[in-house]
Amino acid sequence: MRTYILKRLLLVVPTLLGVATIVFLIMRVIPGDVALLILGGDDGGQIDAQQLAAVRQQLGLDQPLIVQFGTWLWGVLQFDFGKSLWTGAPVLDELLIRLPLSLQLALMATLVSVIISIPLGMLAAVRQDTWVDYVIRVISIGGLAIPGFWVGILCILFLVIVFGWGPPLEYHPPWVDPWANLSMMVWPVVTVGYRYSAVTTRMTRSTVLEVLREDYIRTAWAKGLAQRVIVIRHALKNSMLPVITLIGTEFAFLIGGLVVTETVFTLNGIGRFVVDAVAHRDYPVVQALVFLIAFSFVIVNLLVDLTYAWFDPRIRYR
Amino acid sequence: MATTDYALAHARASAPMAPRLTTAAAVMKFVRTKPLGAAGGAIILAMLVVGAFSEVLAPYDPYQADYGLQFTRPSVEHWFGTDEFGRDLMSRLIYGARIALFVGFSASFIGCTIGGLLGVMSAYAGGRVDLFLERLMDMLLAFPQLILALAIASILGPAVQNVVIAISIPIIPRAARVVRATALSVKENVYVEAVQALGASRPRVVLQHIVPNVVAPYIILLTAQLGGAILAEAALSYLGLGAAEPTPSWGLMLSGSALSYAEKAPWIAIFPGIAISLGVFGFNLFGESLRDALDPKLRGR
Repeated sequence: MRTYILKRLLLVVPTLLGVATIVFLIMRVIPGDVALLILGGDDGGQIDAQQLAAVRQQLGLDQPLIVQFGTWLWGVLQFDFGKSLWTGAPVLDELLIRLPLSLQLALMATLVSVIISIPLGMLAAVRQDTWVDYVIRVISIGGLAIPGFWVGILCILFLVIVFGWGPPLEYHPPWVDPWANLSMMVWPVVTVGYRYSAVTTRMTRSTVLEVLREDYIRTAWAKGLAQRVIVIRHALKNSMLPVITLIGTEFAFLIGGLVVTETVFTLNGIGRFVVDAVAHRDYPVVQALVFLIAFSFVIVNLLVDLTYAWFDPRIRYR
Repeated sequence: MATTDYALAHARASAPMAPRLTTAAAVMKFVRTKPLGAAGGAIILAMLVVGAFSEVLAPYDPYQADYGLQFTRPSVEHWFGTDEFGRDLMSRLIYGARIALFVGFSASFIGCTIGGLLGVMSAYAGGRVDLFLERLMDMLLAFPQLILALAIASILGPAVQNVVIAISIPIIPRAARVVRATALSVKENVYVEAVQALGASRPRVVLQHIVPNVVAPYIILLTAQLGGAILAEAALSYLGLGAAEPTPSWGLMLSGSALSYAEKAPWIAIFPGIAISLGVFGFNLFGESLRDALDPKLRGR
């Protein structure tokens, strides 16, 4: 196990370095001058050349690309992601203010989706090719087709028309005011969770189906075990591992969900921070957030791989 | 006797695994065996017709503001009502189908084609090239699709053609991965070795013998990406990074103003969402059934 962990950790380093390079290149090399954008010159306005040079110097854009990259990377290693062009505050501080909300939303949405999708996915697999299976499959394909932001809009529409509801504006952590917290978070959680559960249901169905075809399941049948026992004790247990992986791979989905949902519900979280930064052309923030999101994605996948190896020793020897 | 045996053996050897079907028969078989896929196909067809003949089908000019008609309820003249500028919502939805299809098709096509070519190159070249490309794709995969598209769109600025680029780039690594895997197994075939031994040039081997064999996964991939690309366009436009006003993009129609008039004119926030969901649902259903039909290994999953 120790060698496996070490090997996986060593693989993460070049990936993260590559991720940092890609983020940097996207922000710098794609046509479009950041300094010009900040001064509003891309709209065709007259720009003072001296002013442009000053902004470039201030942002360090007059340095060679490789030096700029080095400076940025060195900052990142020390948790210094630069300052927001919009508020002037360090990006990290701005980020930490918004983290609890997004984290809570992500965790609750994952929980909701697991509670919904594992029983549904299992049911669909056990009743494969019956109407139960078809209904569950159509619902989950449909769930994937409905844009998350529209579900959010419908929730608000419903609440506004029926209850004259106004969105709560301030985030109260659950340990301070659980009721206010819950009344703010419940609809966003539903919005993120339903789409996520559509994916998880499909995955659970296909892994349970696969496991049901295994030899030991046939043996269990041959022993004369009841279907309930086979499904719950043998099939479900062995299909949980791929579902754990899923929680990792669908992290991307979750982030996308946070971005649109927080925007719809005007929640002050990481997702909306990305959108606002993009809207304000706050490039240091966009660069830092895109990198950190990719970073956490890589780490989540690493943790998933390690969990997997922990549960299934065969993987360690591959 | 001997001749019959020979004829029989010959017939057997040359008979394809399944009887060959004409296009019409193949379509009929698809409709019969995959009713859900056929339903998806019908939705796609309807969307294509609406997109192609928007001028004929739309009852009003989608850009024509008429402040006398602001927030008209759905009625006989305006089936889906009008928006805050008095523009006919149905006409805007009809023109919106064209934008959704244009962005969906071009982004998936560009992404899958570049990714597919990289995948074939990676598999055929092997060695360092393969390792480098694989690592590069892994790194690109570390970015959630929407976040990468958002970052690219933010630099390029809001415009339809920029949305296409922003959506196609995250598709590249996903396509490269799938096509590479297929190309690797195709490359191991004896006939590839044979044409190489006959002295065929590298481009010839790749273009004539490997590429035709990765067309099936390429098409499956392309259809699978379509729904997602349409959804991504809607999300980007909703977030203000896609098409700019007054373009009748479905996502854009839901952004900002739609919610502020929720009590007065809920239809503004309802119909565009139905259009997006229905379109994506059609592409997803069709894509899934097509995958099942073309790739027997995945059947029943």
